[in-house]
Amino acid sequence: MSTRSLPRTIGAHAILLTYTAIALFPVILVIMNSFKSRAGIFGAPLTPPTPKTFDLIGYSTVIGQGDFIHYFQNSLVVTVASLFFVLLFGAMAAFALSEYRFRGNSLMGLYLALGIMIPIRLGTVAILQLMVASGLVNTLTALILVYTAQGLPLAIFILSEFMKQVSDDLKNAGRIDGLSEYTIFFRLVLPLVRPSMATVAVFTMIPIWNDLWFPLILAPSEETKTVTLGAQLFLGQFVTNWNAILAALSLAIMPVLILYVIFSRQLIRGITSGAVK
Amino acid sequence: MAAETRPKRPIRWHIGIFLAPAVLVYTAIMILPLAGTLQLSLFRNIEQHQIFVGLENFRTLFGDPNWSVGFWNALRNNTWFFIIHMLVQNPIGVMLAALLSSPRLRFAAFYRTAIFVPTILSFVIVGFAWKLILSPLWGVAPHLLDLVGLKSLFTPWLGKEEYALTALSLISVWQFVGIPMMLIYAALLSIPEEVIEAAECDGITGLSQFWKIKLPLILPSIGIISILTFVGNFNAFDLIYTAQGALAGPNYSTDILGTFLYRAFFGFQLQVGDPNMGAAIATMMFLIILGGVCVYLFLVQTRLRRYQF
Repeated sequence: MSTRSLPRTIGAHAILLTYTAIALFPVILVIMNSFKSRAGIFGAPLTPPTPKTFDLIGYSTVIGQGDFIHYFQNSLVVTVASLFFVLLFGAMAAFALSEYRFRGNSLMGLYLALGIMIPIRLGTVAILQLMVASGLVNTLTALILVYTAQGLPLAIFILSEFMKQVSDDLKNAGRIDGLSEYTIFFRLVLPLVRPSMATVAVFTMIPIWNDLWFPLILAPSEETKTVTLGAQLFLGQFVTNWNAILAALSLAIMPVLILYVIFSRQLIRGITSGAVK
Repeated sequence: MAAETRPKRPIRWHIGIFLAPAVLVYTAIMILPLAGTLQLSLFRNIEQHQIFVGLENFRTLFGDPNWSVGFWNALRNNTWFFIIHMLVQNPIGVMLAALLSSPRLRFAAFYRTAIFVPTILSFVIVGFAWKLILSPLWGVAPHLLDLVGLKSLFTPWLGKEEYALTALSLISVWQFVGIPMMLIYAALLSIPEEVIEAAECDGITGLSQFWKIKLPLILPSIGIISILTFVGNFNAFDLIYTAQGALAGPNYSTDILGTFLYRAFFGFQLQVGDPNMGAAIATMMFLIILGGVCVYLFLVQTRLRRYQF
């Protein structure tokens, strides 16, 4: 058995390694070259920076020119706030749908699930009008509202699957002890579904952090630019300054990459635990 | 149901309170604007007033060559974009997942993590990084092709009308291959051990085991991936906008519905933006996506369900 599968194992590793190289090559290439001088970037793009080609000119240009710290703050505020509301409201709604039998339950579930398939982007024209009418254009609030609405359907869908698995005996014991439904939800159920909340958090976070469309349309002002939009505009301006472009790209890649490396276990466990059936 | 048999049961306010915030935000920011956009597509701004014009905007979209040529071009490009994803991204994803799920494979966690990296990056990063790599100025792509003796094949792909769209589709495939890989991987892991053991007892191993036993069992996941790809592709915008700009050059050859909608809505160069035409295009996208989802729900999923059990 093992002797027969040896060539197969080598083959599997060869294919996987090749694909890993394809997946990582552009990322490594960009980061590597961001630490080089212009001559190094063009002279030997495929070699790591040597003492001769090492240069931080790109980074100093980016930090001197763009207001990246500010953009970064905006992205952080928008992402964290949206995430908080998606998780809180999503968990509450998921609890109501999975715990109680009431008339219109499955209809409500279907209504909330619509948004999984129909992208919110198609409503942009009316969303912009709404935001103009309510004076929320160029505020982070507009983005937070949109991303909360965008994240809710999938969050409710996944969380209600998990909440169905929480034991009824536990909740009923709580009821007999006189706990209110709110206490049961916040004290008993929420802590038990924490792992699935983490999964939902990652799924919700990535598209919000990376979105270009809504910042471009709803909040393009200097004050409210997110990092994605800021990077897009910055890169457009510096088309010929390769040092600055590579440094800006690296600066945009690294926070996401670091977070990913820290949370990848959680994310992958979430995906493979059958949360998405 | 239970409530009816006991008429004295008090109204359960907490259900409403649990549901209210999510339902309110979702309805106000998502459902109403979607409906509003569909409605706007039936109106037109005439002398600062929104006048109901019925299907006039759609007649313009399909009848006026200024619009219809662009629309059909975007739809055609979008279809090609989708076909490339289905033919390249999903088979590669399935293959990687099948390899990853083979028992006792070492470094599986490493491969999984690494192959998923592009998926977490933003379109802006991906678009620009590939633009640099494929740029003839930098010379990374020709240099790499030279290593395998294929330098003559190099052209500035993103700048040529006949290759740009395919090149961008492949970049998008590169970015998103992690998603089918993960979902199929999850599906493969959930196949019961007994099924595999039974197959091994019958002498079905290796490739034929994959084709005859595993593939039929993961078909529902492949269905889900197909519909996710469909929705994602017909809603795409960011990558094209980042790499080629709102004009989706060269000469509109990479224009897809998302960029077409953006230009109609906000205007570009000499044309002023027109929210009503934008709404009409968004309505067409809505119908296309809804059509795809319906085909999936009523044709594909019902059959796969039956197959699964």
